[in-house]
Amino acid sequence: MPRKLCWIAALLTASIAPALADPSKPVPLIAQACAGCHGQYGAGQGATPPIAGTPKEDFVKVWAAFRANERPATIMNRIARGYTDEEVATLADYFASLR
Amino acid sequence: MLPISRRSFSSLAAAAALSTITAPHVARGQTRPRLVVVGGGFGGASASRYARLAFPGIDVTLIEPRTSFITCPYGNLVLAGAKTVNNITHSYDGLKGLGVNVVHDWVDAIDATAKTLRLRGGATVGYDKLILSPGIAIRWGAVNGYDEAAAEVFPHAWIPGNGEQTALLRRQLEALPDGGVVGIAIPGNPFRCPPGPYERISMIASYLKKHKPRAKILALDAKEAFSKQSLFTDAWNELYPGLIEWVASNRDGRVVRVDTREKVLETEFGTKHKVDVANVIPPQSAARIAIDAGLTNESGWVPVNPRTFEATRAQHIHVIGDANIGQPMPKSGYIANSTSKQAVAAAVALLQGREPPASPVYFNTCYSHVGDEYGISVVGVFRPGDNGFTETPNSGGVSPRGPLAERREQRRLEALYADAWYASIVKDAFG
Repeated sequence: MPRKLCWIAALLTASIAPALADPSKPVPLIAQACAGCHGQYGAGQGATPPIAGTPKEDFVKVWAAFRANERPATIMNRIARGYTDEEVATLADYFASLR
Repeated sequence: MLPISRRSFSSLAAAAALSTITAPHVARGQTRPRLVVVGGGFGGASASRYARLAFPGIDVTLIEPRTSFITCPYGNLVLAGAKTVNNITHSYDGLKGLGVNVVHDWVDAIDATAKTLRLRGGATVGYDKLILSPGIAIRWGAVNGYDEAAAEVFPHAWIPGNGEQTALLRRQLEALPDGGVVGIAIPGNPFRCPPGPYERISMIASYLKKHKPRAKILALDAKEAFSKQSLFTDAWNELYPGLIEWVASNRDGRVVRVDTREKVLETEFGTKHKVDVANVIPPQSAARIAIDAGLTNESGWVPVNPRTFEATRAQHIHVIGDANIGQPMPKSGYIANSTSKQAVAAAVALLQGREPPASPVYFNTCYSHVGDEYGISVVGVFRPGDNGFTETPNSGGVSPRGPLAERREQRRLEALYADAWYASIVKDAFG
């Protein structure tokens, strides 16, 4: 491939890649399930609120409140009780890392 | 010169598509691992999209006969007149745009030894790992008299296909005289979408109440109990009093025979129910291809390893979605989506000689619309167990019960979140 074409191809790839996997880091398997309601990469969807960018400490605190039925909820209270502290920490780390 | 039929043209196109994907790697003298996904519903589409995004080093091919997918979820809203078939139809362009090699053809045979698929169009496709997400088949004849011809009179509307079954039932409901009877036959467990028949009853009732207030629904069930039963029953009493009669199997609810000419649903003890419109949701099994490939057991469904979804009866074939034996997980779109990712990650790990991801969690939420601004849900968090799948204790479950006056906001929000769920999961599967 001529050098100029290579360069254009590299630029194209660079601009396309983040859009395909934005944010580009891999999504932990356990966080995949959230995309069924909370949109892609925790961005929110319709009436379902975004969770991307939530500071880790807040995420863990809100989760604990859902689990203890101390926060108004429709379904998150039922979901929260199904996950271990370690799993919640993984989710919190991941969603906190997104902007 | 031989004329080129549409079929052979499409098989040529499919072969061309396959060769364009594999050719560059042959030219480089490398072989990229080939993940082939069969079936483009929630399970197969999710598997393809996840595989393409998470594992750039492998080739991902999706084989699906139809050029667009009509969802089962929200089909009941089409029956109510609140959505159109077009609203619930999705294209494969998003997956193609990501680099999934989408081939529109039927898979007629799987050779698990040679690791090849024979397509109806004539092509043979090789795989290193196969993700099989074929969905369900109707057990024609399991209800006496209910065959493909009968389904043109008493639609099942349970496998959307090209949308005609759902459209037919909708037309019949529109033509129903006020004061007419809608019969609904409901199968025993397991079947696709456990709350689906009861959402359907609710949505048809919602339509009848507005447009044919003297009409009735007679729901004849092969079970004594059903998903979210108390919530559905509460809603029916509150929203549609006197409109719905639900008959359990122990009160002669099991439909054993249909007569489309006389418009009769006949139950176990010989009671003949004359109806004006009938929706027969028939007993089901895994789709034909899974049975033909020898993957199913005597139940008609496919036993799988709960950590990898590899079929217990064939290596390198991972079976996801409604076709597998997943109880207590429901046969739902969300479970198909959630489990597809572990299946793909496990298949790729095994291909690369690594351990499959440990300690997976499988997640489900099923919303049902029961009336305007009235949604209810069931949630489940599941994990692999020593023998199959287990539900995580003290978690999940259904929406709280209570009179509408006290629960109005919960019901309104759940209806809104149901709409958001639909948009979100369609995007997660189809891009």
